[in-house]
Amino acid sequence: MAPFQHMLQVAGPQAERIAQLWWFVVALCALVFVAIMVALVIALVRRPRGDATTPPDADAMRRPERGARLAVTWGVALSIVGLFALTLSSVVTDRALAQLPLHEAVNIDVTGNQWWWDVRYDDPEPSKIFSTANEIVIPVGRPVLLRLRGGDVIHSFWVPNLAGKKDLIPGHETTLAIRADKPGTYRGQCAEFCGLQHAFMAFEVKAVAADEFARWQEAQRKPAAEPGDDRQKRGRELFLSGTCQMCHAIQGTTASARRAPDLTHVASRRTLAAGRLANTPPNMAAWILDPHKFKPGVNMPAHIIGQQDLDALVAYLGALK
Amino acid sequence: VNTHPPEKLDGPGEGSPQVAQLARTWDDGHGLLALLGANNHKGTGLRFIVTAFGFFIAAGILAGMMRMQLAQPDNTLLGPDLYNQVFTLHGTAMMFLFAVPVMQGMGLYLVPMMIGTRTTAFPRMSAYGYWVYLFGGLMIFVAFLLDIGPENGWFSYPPLAGPEYSAGKRADFWAQMITFTEVAGLLVAVDLTTTILKLRAPGMTLARMPLFVWAILVDSLMIIFGMPAVVLASTMLIMDRLVGTHFFNPADGGSPLLWQHLFWFFGHPEVYFIFIPGLGFISMIISTFSRRPAYGYPALVLSLVSTGFLSFGLWVHHMFATSVPELGKVFFTAMSMMIAIPTATQIFCWIATLWMGRLNLKTPLLYILGFFFILVIGGLTGLILGSTALDVQVHDTYFVVAHLHYVLIGGAVFPLFGAWYYWFPKVTGRLMDERLGKLNFWLFFIGFNVAFWPMHHLGIAGMPRRVYTYPSEMGWGPLNLLATVGAVMIVVSVLVFIFNVWRSARAGEPAGANPWGAASLEWAIASPAPSYNFTAIPVVGSREPLWEPVETGPRRVSGLATDMREILSTTVVDAQPDHRHVSPDPSIWIFISAVATTVLFIASIFSPWAVVWLSIPVAVALVGWFWPKGDETEEHLAIETRPVIVEDRHA
Repeated sequence: MAPFQHMLQVAGPQAERIAQLWWFVVALCALVFVAIMVALVIALVRRPRGDATTPPDADAMRRPERGARLAVTWGVALSIVGLFALTLSSVVTDRALAQLPLHEAVNIDVTGNQWWWDVRYDDPEPSKIFSTANEIVIPVGRPVLLRLRGGDVIHSFWVPNLAGKKDLIPGHETTLAIRADKPGTYRGQCAEFCGLQHAFMAFEVKAVAADEFARWQEAQRKPAAEPGDDRQKRGRELFLSGTCQMCHAIQGTTASARRAPDLTHVASRRTLAAGRLANTPPNMAAWILDPHKFKPGVNMPAHIIGQQDLDALVAYLGALK
Repeated sequence: VNTHPPEKLDGPGEGSPQVAQLARTWDDGHGLLALLGANNHKGTGLRFIVTAFGFFIAAGILAGMMRMQLAQPDNTLLGPDLYNQVFTLHGTAMMFLFAVPVMQGMGLYLVPMMIGTRTTAFPRMSAYGYWVYLFGGLMIFVAFLLDIGPENGWFSYPPLAGPEYSAGKRADFWAQMITFTEVAGLLVAVDLTTTILKLRAPGMTLARMPLFVWAILVDSLMIIFGMPAVVLASTMLIMDRLVGTHFFNPADGGSPLLWQHLFWFFGHPEVYFIFIPGLGFISMIISTFSRRPAYGYPALVLSLVSTGFLSFGLWVHHMFATSVPELGKVFFTAMSMMIAIPTATQIFCWIATLWMGRLNLKTPLLYILGFFFILVIGGLTGLILGSTALDVQVHDTYFVVAHLHYVLIGGAVFPLFGAWYYWFPKVTGRLMDERLGKLNFWLFFIGFNVAFWPMHHLGIAGMPRRVYTYPSEMGWGPLNLLATVGAVMIVVSVLVFIFNVWRSARAGEPAGANPWGAASLEWAIASPAPSYNFTAIPVVGSREPLWEPVETGPRRVSGLATDMREILSTTVVDAQPDHRHVSPDPSIWIFISAVATTVLFIASIFSPWAVVWLSIPVAVALVGWFWPKGDETEEHLAIETRPVIVEDRHA
């Protein structure tokens, strides 16, 4: 598969500015490296050899070594100029990053938890607020303002194709402004070590056209679909009477806990368990039976459940489009 | 009036009864009991170096485990819990138990010989520091072997390392290991600072000090200013965990960012604690193997000093991804760029030295040439990390793993290996094998680049640090496999090094006092160095004392007692003889105090009451250590008169 988590394959203005700065800095650094190595190699090749018995040139300290002085002075002067250029270009880029226009921005609250992402779409109208998890859908070309919070420990929000990272720190709210200019799915991953399953705390940012985004939002705001058949009904019963509803919420039912991903429209998502598994019925069943097989140490417990009940539960969750 | 009998004063050369007496006086004795109380600076220094090398091997094995785990995607060799312990202990051991102590050990071993004295200023303190360091290091490895090793990274960020998210005692072992190593590090730093400022041979003014001694002086002062921050932070963490304070608990008005500031205020300078002694090695080795003094002595000294200062203004570049105010970011970006200026200055001066010298391409110099290649890359990628805009992309990715290994291995470990080849004859009296040395170097150099260069690309392709595995569809597999191949080459090269040390110590070519034709005072001493270093304290008249001996006036100071450990103290700037001072003998109380301290530190992981009750044995041990001995004191006072410089034209 083509790389989809890459800081130089840019899909938005933030990552693009950083990539431009990147190539400037890398070019300058490569030039400096080559210059120093050439000087070193010339020194090594042209100088006569000596050994431990070669009389030392102790007098050198008292000779005015004008050539060396000139060379070192020029070297340092050029270094200062180069460093100044790097500092200036960095500051200019940084200002540009901080000044992304936020007109008509989509406001999203992201909370990092061990080891999943709680995503809440804010709206001035309370009835239009909804939650999802591990998947962020955004409209192409429109700025998005992410409000980042640490739910337990420190995490870091990073979608390299779109922008640099920003930490989610308990007790300190941070913000990150992004914009995707190309439609597509961009993978992100927690970048701050956060415990056992830091490696599998991924998410996806899906950039879609404005009308598709509107349709998606509309669908997400709806309460969960009613069970379509008896098996799904049995699944819902199991969900609401068992341990599931102690942590998960499904809007439109009595399950409203917020300790784990909101499952109202879980079937509309591409992955399970923060990017760990593709969202297919067999994976869902395996995950419910023993999450620790896929994410050792995860907070969700393993379940002892009969095959029929499991099928019912998976069928119900699979219908929550 | 000096009442000491003249036949008990030093001065006469080799073979005289006075020298035999000196050897007896300065020898720590043999056997286990003698070892426990030993305080000769060379013994203490060597113990630090050998122990640190042991921790280097142990932490290297941990690195090997990580490379095996990451060699292919979705690997299940190490589970997440073990992997987290392994990478935590790898970083912790390399930074706290290898890099800083090994450099301090090199300082303890070499500095007194380089500045022309017989011991350090507080030899018992450093000897005590060694035992505390050893016990702290053993404690953390024992915890790891019992599967209760720390698992929150060498930076141990709360709340992850706090009471709520890190159950058990794992994080406490980590925090208390910091206490152990900081006690040791601070004591040795104080010892080295005082030694350098007060015990230099007459005539070795500050402006004539060897560059390695300058490096150790800057380094020790940095440790004294930098380490208290992490002592404070780790103590606060233990208190949060043990007695329910809330320094880092956001729910109760504490701040996780406070930890990051305190930790990195120490943590960034710490990189330079490791790097600066390396710069000292480089200046010494380049000068010797170019057959001329290092070009630009004032520039090199000022670069060391300014690096020391600037390194305290960079810490926030580890925190650019937290929410730092824009103006603050600009300051720390500018500081991060600025610190490249002294490093660039030194590199240009060294190239100028090579350019104008006559090169003797032996293994120590090869390691320094390897340094140029690796460190320049590491320094340049450091500029990328210093730029806020770029840092937020590469921060906490494998790009940083590549960068930090280029800087630390290139800047400290390569010069250190060069230094080991260079000073090995002074320790054993034999040269290390050149052919094995070159094999060792090339394997290390190539293996290093194969292992760490690909990590730059992995970081750019989005691979975060500290992940115990990764899905195969991320495409990170091949480069990780390549990195593992490089790691295997490094392992082979270190095995070659160990074999070379083992064989050369037995059957190496005898070295003589000055096998490299070097300029600094340690090469005036026989190899292996005798317990008393010098038969008489030398007088120094230039920066290169062995290349430019004193032409007029005395060459040596004589008249120090041979039957007690008497040393000459000189003034701070001009190194004029100041007074005579009797240095303490070995004492078993050193070891007893270290054991009592260890018991207190380890027990206080489990109960705060340990601090109360177990301070009693520590107090008893210290009273034993410092118990005044009337006769001895009178004897010492009797000879502590102003020294007389005796002209000795025969030396």
